[in-house]
Amino acid sequence: MMENNQLITIQNMAKDYPVGRGYFRALNDVNLTFKRGEFTGIVGPSGSGKTTLLNIIGSLDVPSEGKTTVLGQSIGELSHKKAAKLRNEHLGFIFQTYNLLPVYSVYENVEFPLLLLGKNAEERKKAVMDALEWVGLTDKLKSRPAQLSGGECQRVAVARAMVKKPKIVLADEPTANLDAENSHNILQTMEKMNSELKTTFIFATHDDKVKKYLHRKISLEDGRVVKDELVEGMGNG
Amino acid sequence: MLAIKLAYRNLIGAGLRTWLNVIVLSFSFLIIIWNRGIINGWDRQARNDTKNQEIGGGQYWHENYDPYDPFTLTDAHGIIHETLKSNDNFAPILITQATIYPGGRVQSILLKGIEPDQKILTFPTESLKSDIEEIPVMLGSRMAENNKLKIGDFVTVRWRDANGTFDAADAKVVHIFKTDVPTIDNGQMWVPLQRLQKMMQMDGEATLVVANQKITSAPDLPHWLFKDQDFLLKDFAELIKMKNVGGYIMWLFLLLLAWIAIFDTQVLSIFRRQKEIGTDIALGMTRGQVIRLFTVEGAMHGILAAILAAIYGGPLLYLQAVKGMSMPEGTDDMGIAIAETIYPYYSIGLIVVTALVVLITTTIVSFLPTRRISKMNPTDAIRGKIQ
Ligand SMILES: Nc1ncnc2c1ncn2[C@@H]1O[C@H](COP(=O)(O)OP(=O)(O)OP(=O)(O)O)[C@@H](O)[C@H]1O
Ligand SMILES: [Mg+2]
Repeated sequence: MMENNQLITIQNMAKDYPVGRGYFRALNDVNLTFKRGEFTGIVGPSGSGKTTLLNIIGSLDVPSEGKTTVLGQSIGELSHKKAAKLRNEHLGFIFQTYNLLPVYSVYENVEFPLLLLGKNAEERKKAVMDALEWVGLTDKLKSRPAQLSGGECQRVAVARAMVKKPKIVLADEPTANLDAENSHNILQTMEKMNSELKTTFIFATHDDKVKKYLHRKISLEDGRVVKDELVEGMGNG
Repeated sequence: MLAIKLAYRNLIGAGLRTWLNVIVLSFSFLIIIWNRGIINGWDRQARNDTKNQEIGGGQYWHENYDPYDPFTLTDAHGIIHETLKSNDNFAPILITQATIYPGGRVQSILLKGIEPDQKILTFPTESLKSDIEEIPVMLGSRMAENNKLKIGDFVTVRWRDANGTFDAADAKVVHIFKTDVPTIDNGQMWVPLQRLQKMMQMDGEATLVVANQKITSAPDLPHWLFKDQDFLLKDFAELIKMKNVGGYIMWLFLLLLAWIAIFDTQVLSIFRRQKEIGTDIALGMTRGQVIRLFTVEGAMHGILAAILAAIYGGPLLYLQAVKGMSMPEGTDDMGIAIAETIYPYYSIGLIVVTALVVLITTTIVSFLPTRRISKMNPTDAIRGKIQ
């Protein structure tokens, strides 16, 4: 039930966090739509609500008001199971702190989402090797996360997010812990996937290095969208 | 299946931490089985020895006989009933109080007269077939040691016959036998039945008659009451029961240790692995799946422990079942049969029940702390925020 390529629609959405006896409104009156193949950043100062917005899109949290629809499913009305299925099948996550599973090897980390999807061994192997090739880590299959550099960890995380070819990848400050070279490396990999697989990327970031890759920039301030602009010459033909 | 695969991966991945838990658990496993095996083995051995050497297939007691009151012995004897006279099926024993004077000391003992040719009990009564003037006596090694008597030694025996007249004679130690059954050893001497009957002026009389283990029915007879094996093993059964209670307490204690180890590991790992749990959920696992994963992980400790215990413990237990375990000295003064070497007996039932109990309880213990997972907020968990 997706109309004209709109993967995500957010209407009059607000998010309140309980604080003490009252509430703190972290997002207010958010109206946004995201289309297939976007490469979009949510920018804004610390505390402006970027992570909160990503979490709601990622069905890890629920909005307090308004309607948020992701791939035709209304976040907030989904059961735990349905939300898990949505994430499992269609969403990829990349975190600032990589969040690799520490006791798994690189290979096993990337394989994990495929196990959850119930793919058979052959499919898994092929997809994992493809994903690791994308991020250039085929020589570290057996390494544990603790044996990798930050840049390598984040590349594994990117491979893990991409291995199931999700419709949407949500990345919360993916470069915040990386140096310039690694940041560009990661962003270029993601850019390549975006153009080849038409995967929708949504970043939360206040990193200038990320900003120059974005095709669309949504600015948040105190939980409100204050600007939503397409960046010229960035695939917005 | 997924939970099992991932749990296995997590456990193997966690390496040393897993193995420490598994080793502790496998120890408990083994000690539980070993402890039960020894009690079982002892029980079986002692029952057998007691049956073979003391109680046979049951005993006919003279109606006045009370083994706990030696003063009744003067009245607890009578002419052996006709039906109990077959040497193939019965062995009469006459019991009387006497005093011996070993090395100048005075010691009150029981004299037990038994037919040297008896075929019912498997202790070496034939050595009483000795044609000497003194009273030939045979005694167990504990009795011999306590009174410093050796084969060939003489000892004065004083007794009171049926008419209440005191008499005394020298006895000669003709044989010393070793037995696991202290109740045919401590404080007693064995003499030929007919000799004792003559000494006591109780021709053809006995205090009790031991029946062959093969007898099928044993009705009570006038003045002779049949006591079956169960009755005669009652004291023993009581003691084993007490040992069992001790064993169960040890068993529970070990299990408790194992449970605490697993519970602790689980609580800690759920706490420590919040970020991992959050990530699992972000990657599309349901809470139910995560709970199952952690439960299986905990329970798998039990399975790995069983496998490990089988690998290193199996041969150990087997070796001990074959070679037996030497009991420390002094353990045989408990008034109950304890062999010098106990051969532990491990029944399939024992092993299966222990394994099941350990596995089921470790699963439950593993499951309990996982309720925290369902209360966890995934967005906080992802950041590894301590809650
Ligand atoms: N669980 C929570 N409970 C209460 N308040 C929260 C919670 N999570 C976030 N907030 C508040 O909501 C606001 C938005 O937080 P959010 O994490 O979305 O900001 P952000 O834009 O991602 O900031 P940063 O750039 O520092 O990551 C902040 O003021 C924050 O304090
Ligand atoms: Mg944030």
